[in-house]
Amino acid sequence: MNSAGNKNRLRNDLILILGLLILAGAFWLLVSSRGAKDGFVVVRVDGVETERHALTENGTYPLNGGTNVLVIRDGAAWMEEADCPDKICISQGRISREGQAIICLPNRVTVTVVGGSQPGVDIVVG
Amino acid sequence: MPMRTKKLTVMALTIALAMVLSFLESQIPAFVAIPGVKVGLANIAVVFALYKLGWKEAAGISLIRVLLISVLFGNFASLFYSLAGAVLSLLGMILLKHSEKFSAVAVSVAGGVLHNVGQILMACILLETDIIRYYLPFLILSGVLAGVVIGVVSAIMVQRIKLEI
Repeated sequence: MNSAGNKNRLRNDLILILGLLILAGAFWLLVSSRGAKDGFVVVRVDGVETERHALTENGTYPLNGGTNVLVIRDGAAWMEEADCPDKICISQGRISREGQAIICLPNRVTVTVVGGSQPGVDIVVG
Repeated sequence: MPMRTKKLTVMALTIALAMVLSFLESQIPAFVAIPGVKVGLANIAVVFALYKLGWKEAAGISLIRVLLISVLFGNFASLFYSLAGAVLSLLGMILLKHSEKFSAVAVSVAGGVLHNVGQILMACILLETDIIRYYLPFLILSGVLAGVVIGVVSAIMVQRIKLEI
């Protein structure tokens, strides 16, 4: 392997890494620009919607027959309890903006925030 | 030792190494609250195999590792997540390596990012959500960071360990 080839590879490596970081930044901006304080949280078990609560209705909700406990207070939702060993869903913290989600892989439960006041579609064509 | 036996032995050792690394990693508590984010220590063995043994051997080692680890420590669901991550990551790494335009570090970065993305993609299919768009930035970022570290370690191993197969 000659040194010119190595230099090219190093340059290509950097381009690839920078490109990925820019991509990550772009996605992050895209996601974080959306906001919806008056939205709903949708709870799905195995991909099927089981319940839906407004972010404004404070309360404690056992999910999936009690494997997880969801708390909604002051416009934010978070997982209070889970019977899985890793407790990743609890440490995912509070969600309040549209598109944010809490996922519990072991119990196949997802909690997603969906927009409230905005219409459910972006554009209608045709 | 005949060549075939020697290669088989090296492959078996590499699988063992990948499994030990997977087990070590499973003992590290999850430090980021995002499913799919991992250091991917076992990828050291896969990158090593990719450079020293060939792409078929690397693919075999990676897939056998995923199967064995899921049988030993995981459950049926974790097998699907890991398999999706491993397959996507292998495809990316093999393509990048064969282009000969990148070093082992970039190959490992691509592997790390694609492993994370593959897992969460499978989760999105199984759980029927589109949450991936929220997690994607973090999965890419963590994949790049872990990939650089794993890539540097793998490159040193590829350079230092002399194999005559």
